Amino acid sequence: MKVIKIDKSQWSQTLEKIRGAYRLFGPVKEKTFHNFTELSDGQSPDLAFQNTRLSPKSLVFPQSEVMLNYSLDEADADHHVPKEAPKDYSPRAVIGIRPCDAKALALVKMNFDTDQYKDPYWLNLYNATTFVGLACDAPCGTCFCTTAGCGPFSEEGLDVLLVDQNDHYVAKALTDKGTQLLQKTGSKETTAAAIETAKIAAEAKITAKIETDNLRGADMMALYKAGLWEDISFACLNCGTCTFSCPTCWCFDIQDEVYRKKGVRMRNWDSCMFPIFSVHTTGHNPRDSKLSRVRQRFMHKLKYFVDKYDKGIMCVGCGRCVRQCPVNIDIRKVSALMNQLGSEARCAVKGS
Amino acid sequence: MSTYTDKIREIAQRLLKECRVEMVIGFRQGSMPMMNEPCFVRKPEEVDRLVWDSNCGINLANYLTNRKEKIGIVAKGCDSRNIVTHILENKVKREQLVIIGVPCQGMIDKRKIAASIQGEILAVSETGGQIKVKSAGGEKSFNKNEVLQQNCSVCVHRNPVIHDEMVAAPVAEQTDVDQYADVNAIEAMSTEERWEFFEKLLAPCIRCYACRNACPLCYCPTCFVDESKPQWVGKSQDPMDVRTFHFLRAFHCAGRCTDCGACERACPVGINMRLLTKKLNKDCLELYGWQAGLNLDSRPALDVYKANDPEDFIH
Repeated sequence: MKVIKIDKSQWSQTLEKIRGAYRLFGPVKEKTFHNFTELSDGQSPDLAFQNTRLSPKSLVFPQSEVMLNYSLDEADADHHVPKEAPKDYSPRAVIGIRPCDAKALALVKMNFDTDQYKDPYWLNLYNATTFVGLACDAPCGTCFCTTAGCGPFSEEGLDVLLVDQNDHYVAKALTDKGTQLLQKTGSKETTAAAIETAKIAAEAKITAKIETDNLRGADMMALYKAGLWEDISFACLNCGTCTFSCPTCWCFDIQDEVYRKKGVRMRNWDSCMFPIFSVHTTGHNPRDSKLSRVRQRFMHKLKYFVDKYDKGIMCVGCGRCVRQCPVNIDIRKVSALMNQLGSEARCAVKGS
Repeated sequence: MSTYTDKIREIAQRLLKECRVEMVIGFRQGSMPMMNEPCFVRKPEEVDRLVWDSNCGINLANYLTNRKEKIGIVAKGCDSRNIVTHILENKVKREQLVIIGVPCQGMIDKRKIAASIQGEILAVSETGGQIKVKSAGGEKSFNKNEVLQQNCSVCVHRNPVIHDEMVAAPVAEQTDVDQYADVNAIEAMSTEERWEFFEKLLAPCIRCYACRNACPLCYCPTCFVDESKPQWVGKSQDPMDVRTFHFLRAFHCAGRCTDCGACERACPVGINMRLLTKKLNKDCLELYGWQAGLNLDSRPALDVYKANDPEDFIH
C-alpha cells in the first residue's frame, strides 16, 4: 500500500487538495475540550489533542437523526406516506480520528451491518467516509487500549494511518479508500520504516490495563449473581455520560415527532443507564434497579458481547468513561473484580 | 485534611461496632486525581476505605433517598442542608440517621485546575491551603482559594446545620462574599442578551442528565422528561427540548436548592446550569427571606402560605 510523506509546512495546502474531493471533518477545540466537527473552508483540524471529549461515533451515528419525513395533511397527494429524509452522502474524510475510535467503528459495524439486517443510515454515512487516523504518541494515563484488543497505532477500522514525525507526517494507506485519498495529495512516497519504531515507543507508554482474560470461559450466571454489584453500582448516578461518550455504545430509541401536519421519524441515542430504556409498554421494567442497569453495562461490554461475537470485549480502551464519570466508576477496577470472580466461576463450573 | 479522615473512620467504626447504624455512607479514594467515589461501609473493619479531602463535592444526601436502613452519613454543610430538605420532604427519617458533620473548607474545581495546566494532570496533593499539581508539563502549586468551585467560594453555610457527630470544630463562615454577583450580571442583561446567553450556555448539552441525577432534589420516580404516557418533552437535540429540560428542572428545584454544585460538577461538558437554580434561590431569599434546608422547624417557601406573603402580582 501507498506510504507518503507530508511536510508540516505543506499541511494546509495538502488538506485543500483533499478538500476538493471530500467534505472534511476533524477535531476542533471548543472552549476547554476537543470534539469532532465539520471543518469549514480553510479550517484545519487541531491535531494537538490527546482525545476528544465525545467520541467521533456521531459522525456516522448522529445523536439525533431524522430517518423519515411524512405529512398528515390530507391535501398533500402523498400524505401518510413516510419518505426517506434527504441526506448528503457525498464523500467525506475524517482527519485525526484516534485508532481506538476507529477500532470502535469496526465493533459497532457488527451491530449495524449483519447478514440479516443492514442499517442504511449508519452504513450510508460509514461507506461515504474515509477515516484518516492519527497515531497516538502521547496516550492519557487512563488509556488502556493495548489490553482492549487495540493499540495506539492500531490500524483496524482506518483507511489511512497518519504518524507525526515532528516536521512531517508519514501517511500509510491501509485500504483502497485510503489509497484514493492519498493520491489526491500529490505528496511524494516514502517508506513505513519510521512507523514501527514510533509504535513500539507509544505502546510502552500505556501502563493502565483492563483485565478480562478469565471472562470468556466464566459462567455467565455466576458473574450475574455475584455479590460485587452492590458495591460497584452504589455511587452510580445512572446518567448517560459513560454511554454517550463511549465510542462502542450503539443503542438508540426511535421517536415520532409531529408539528401541526408535518412529522418526522427520528432516532436518538439511548442509554442502558436510563430507567426508561427497558420499560415495557405495560409499564413493567425488567431492569428496575440501579444495580441491574450498572451490571447490564459491564456484563454487555465484557461478557455478553464476548460470548455472542467471539471478537473480544466491546471496549477499545479509550478511557473516556473513566475520565468523565462524575462519581469515578472505573471500568478498569470493575473488570479486575469481574475477572477475579471469573477465575473462581470457571473453576466452579469445571469442578461441578 | 487527614485529621478529618482519621476522625471520620473513628466515628464510623464506633457507630458500626455499637450497631447504631447498619451502614456508613462516605467517600473512598478515587482512581483519578481530584476524584473520589461515594461508597458505603457495612463492617467496622472496612472503615479504612473512607477518606476526606477537597474532592468530595458530590452531594451524599442523594444516596439517602428512600433508604430504610439506619445510616451514618458523612455530611458537609450543603449535604446537611439537603438532608434537612430530604427529611422535610419525607425521603428519609431523621431517626434513621446519624449525621457525621464535616466543617467544610470548600471543594476544588478540577476544571479550573485543568484549564491552567499544560498537559494531562498526573497527581494532585493538598497540604494546608496549598494544592500541588503534577502534570505532564511539570509541577505547579495553587492557593486553594483560587481554585475552589464557584459555589464554594461564595458559600455561607460551610458548617453542617444538623449533625450528631462532628469531625472537627466548626470553621469560620464566610461573610464578605457577594453570593449573587453572577445572577445579578444576568439580570442586568437585556431580554435579547439573556436569551443569547442561555442559548450559548446550554448549547453543549448532550442530555445525559448527569446534572439531574447528581441532584438530591431530583428524586421523582419518573422525571417529566422520561414520562412516556403521555410524553411531554421531545428526546432529540432540538434546542427547545434541551432548554425545556433545564428550565423546568430548575423551577422544580425552586426554594429547595442549596447550591451544593453537584450538578455543575457532574456535567461532562462543563455547563454551569447552577445559574438557573441560583436565580430562584435569590428570588426565594428576596421574596420570602428563605434559604433551603437550614432547619427542621420551618416549611419550605413554596409549600406553605403566610398571610404576609408578597402578592404584588395580584394587586
